[in-house]
Amino acid sequence: MKKYDKLIINSIGRMVPTEVNGKPQIPFQGVGKHIPEGRKYAPEISSCSNFPSDGNKLVGSLKEALLKAGLKDGMTISTHHHFRNGDVISNQIFDIAAELGIKNLVWFPSASFECNACLIKYLENGTIHHIEGSMNGSLGSFTSEGKMAGMGVLRSHGGRYQAVQDGEVHIDIAVIAAPTADFFGNANGVDGPAACGSLGFALVDSEYADQVIVVTDHLVAFPCIPWQIQGNHVDLVVQVDQVGIPEKIVSGTTEITKSPDRLFLAELTARFCEVTGIIKDGFSFQSGAGGISLAVAEYFREIMIKRGIKARFARGGSNKYLVSMLEEGLVEYILDGQTFDLDGVRSMRENPNHVWTSPFTSYNYHGKGNFASLVDVVILGATEIDTNFNANVVTHSDGVLLHGIGGWQNCLFSKTVILTVPLFRDRIPVIRDEVTTICGPGELIDVVVTERGIAINPLRKDLIELTKNSGLPIVSITELKDLAEKICGKPALPAFTKEPVAVVKWVDGTILDTIWQLQE
Amino acid sequence: MNNRIATAGNNGEKDRSDCFVSLELTPFGGIQIDLSSKVKALYGQTILSLCSDVLQFFGIENAILKVEDKGALPFVMTARIEAAVKQLIDTDKEFLPEMLPENLSSSTRDQRRISRLYLPGNTPALMLNAGIHAPNGIILDLEDAVGVSKKPEARFIVRNALRSINFMGAERMVRINQIPTGLDDLDYLIPHHVNLILVPKCESARQIQQVNQRISTIQEKAGLNNPVWLMPIIESAMGVMKALEIAQAAENVVAMVIGLEDYTADIGTQRTAEGTESFFARGQLVNACKAAGIQAIDSVFSDTSDMDALKENVLRSKALGFDGMGCIHPRQIKVIHDNFAPDEKEIENARKIVQAFIEASEKGIGVVSLGNKMIDAPVVKRALRTIEMAVSMGKLDANWAENIKK
Repeated sequence: MKKYDKLIINSIGRMVPTEVNGKPQIPFQGVGKHIPEGRKYAPEISSCSNFPSDGNKLVGSLKEALLKAGLKDGMTISTHHHFRNGDVISNQIFDIAAELGIKNLVWFPSASFECNACLIKYLENGTIHHIEGSMNGSLGSFTSEGKMAGMGVLRSHGGRYQAVQDGEVHIDIAVIAAPTADFFGNANGVDGPAACGSLGFALVDSEYADQVIVVTDHLVAFPCIPWQIQGNHVDLVVQVDQVGIPEKIVSGTTEITKSPDRLFLAELTARFCEVTGIIKDGFSFQSGAGGISLAVAEYFREIMIKRGIKARFARGGSNKYLVSMLEEGLVEYILDGQTFDLDGVRSMRENPNHVWTSPFTSYNYHGKGNFASLVDVVILGATEIDTNFNANVVTHSDGVLLHGIGGWQNCLFSKTVILTVPLFRDRIPVIRDEVTTICGPGELIDVVVTERGIAINPLRKDLIELTKNSGLPIVSITELKDLAEKICGKPALPAFTKEPVAVVKWVDGTILDTIWQLQE
Repeated sequence: MNNRIATAGNNGEKDRSDCFVSLELTPFGGIQIDLSSKVKALYGQTILSLCSDVLQFFGIENAILKVEDKGALPFVMTARIEAAVKQLIDTDKEFLPEMLPENLSSSTRDQRRISRLYLPGNTPALMLNAGIHAPNGIILDLEDAVGVSKKPEARFIVRNALRSINFMGAERMVRINQIPTGLDDLDYLIPHHVNLILVPKCESARQIQQVNQRISTIQEKAGLNNPVWLMPIIESAMGVMKALEIAQAAENVVAMVIGLEDYTADIGTQRTAEGTESFFARGQLVNACKAAGIQAIDSVFSDTSDMDALKENVLRSKALGFDGMGCIHPRQIKVIHDNFAPDEKEIENARKIVQAFIEASEKGIGVVSLGNKMIDAPVVKRALRTIEMAVSMGKLDANWAENIKK
């Protein structure tokens, strides 16, 4: 299998491979340009007569389940990040595979976290060939150094769904770690000791994988209600002692920032939305899980209370702040893709207006529409933004791959996309001539808010008009870049070899950019 | 030659935008720079050549310089190296970063000083973005916010900050150390266009005169004549008793501050939220300031999480006659501004008085009256000040008078 082949320049000017891990690839063609034809990939036909009529699919252990599922060399194994840094099952799967001497697996997680750094040893000894999914922290550095046998493939949450539907990724075995399940395989995330909220990221795997294993530490008698994952898709069920570490499910970025500079940024962002009339009765919004985004939601709340405004819905990432807005009646519905804390879990369990969603409903490119484009405003972050408004979320300015894409790319289809970022972090300018890696094309990014000025994309004449004489510090993106360089100095470009180590997919499955190996 | 190792800077777990340097002068072997930096990929070369430049500037030819960098801006790094160099060699030379043109501006005697944000003088990370919070003044603090062992190196950071950081229109103030130590601080400040000096634990007019003498000497030598205002801080029973003398000590004293932590300790009591124990001191200070025609500034409010209590405190302070208050956290600035600003009732009253005054002047009548009440000249003056403040703080439209006529 070739790691990559034939590099060409795509429509946004980036050098990308046309073959990755032995599969042909389509270079990025422009936003909304790639419209594939034909039929969606379909899973194998299954027949209920092959399954126990008493509905009991329980097997003794995860190892037994993997063996029954036919685990062998070269398979693609999928897992999910609902437990975030409290994930334990992904690591166990590869411990078992290594013990069985299985090689060249492809890991297809919905995201990785630092708790998965221990898998590096399996990337080194050939148990895992490569990762298609986010490579965070240590796994990212490992990839950047060119140590992974295959090419990393980075996809958005929506892109992951699209890749499975396109048949680009064929999942041999999906392992769904579920906080609650019954013996039939119905499962949910809202009950049980490791309750984590939505299980939406596992939906596509349950529908398309050849073999689906549900693993739980909280087995209930049939029926498991609600069934976020339907047992009819599930082959095998395993009961274990612990499916996730509850205290690590709440990740560190779910608290509002205390930094006065970042609070200032959040307040400025909210003021922008107030001045431009984005915050109006019946509007909708989404903000991410980072400290600044959470603070933006708090300032939204203040403005909404002051002006007597209610939002029709908010897209989550839900957390205690959003939940309290729901409970106070400031937000009518939360459409939740990922539950960030236990208040979110409780609300999803108890409140019918707190609805769990999946990348299919929210982000999927092969759906007949998705929710992302219905959202009035989304507030996101970025590691870098360039003077063409292109933005990066996966690599840092020193070239190291450190983050996944998450739902970030999918959110760019919102009516107004605001990136709220500090002008510089320590000495590192965030606004650059050119981003290290393009994850989002500038045409989709409307506003960049920094503590020293707000730049509006020239394509958004309406916003430029609305902010005239508003007292908001409106500047050009070039002015922001110049100011950042005046304060920090002009940074050198990172030194790369000519070896690609990972690719960034656009939401439609085409290749947007390449991540290169770092020079030593 | 002194062959011990000199160090400067911070490299604690939480320190950012700073660096820690250690310098050892060696008999031979040339310059050896050992750099570890979180921004090495982006600025490694720039940092190495900057380090060499500084050492060369001080005529150092053989040395081992170790730099542990956490994203320090160039002016921070050069301040750290200079601080280390000056522990080892005796020199009058200064490695000065370029002066930003905006930092050559002067402030005025009567400019508004409602909020002044204290920033520890040896913590550059907190200074870089201080201007975005738009306090009326920023205070780079060389006194209580800097540990004794860090005081010498803080002078270089503060000096370089005065030249290199754009504070976005905030008045550039420095709190020096207690006199007489504080007099030496002035050498690092006066040539670099500091706008105002806070003189802590002030107890006599004599101390103010000492500060002024030193300022004149430095300015003369540097060929400068920009105004440098003084703001004595009254923090003791003696200071309170001498308040008027201090307020009138010199032409350039523009405001006086009460420092209640030290004051309450001095009179042997505890500081309370109600402030009964400092009622006399605050009253005395306000009175002395008003008698001398300068601004009266209240003590900082130390609970940075309780904005409601801060608001209460500001309203009490305003009622006592204070013109402003110190802040120790940027989030306090807005609360202080909003509550020192005239409220609607004050604005409405002032508007009526000013209107009556305008009408009277137009008609050439010397006496201003509102209804059947005579309005004295000082009342008119205060009303004009209230209106001016309301307009500049966005609480009243600048064209309010014309709008009413229409």
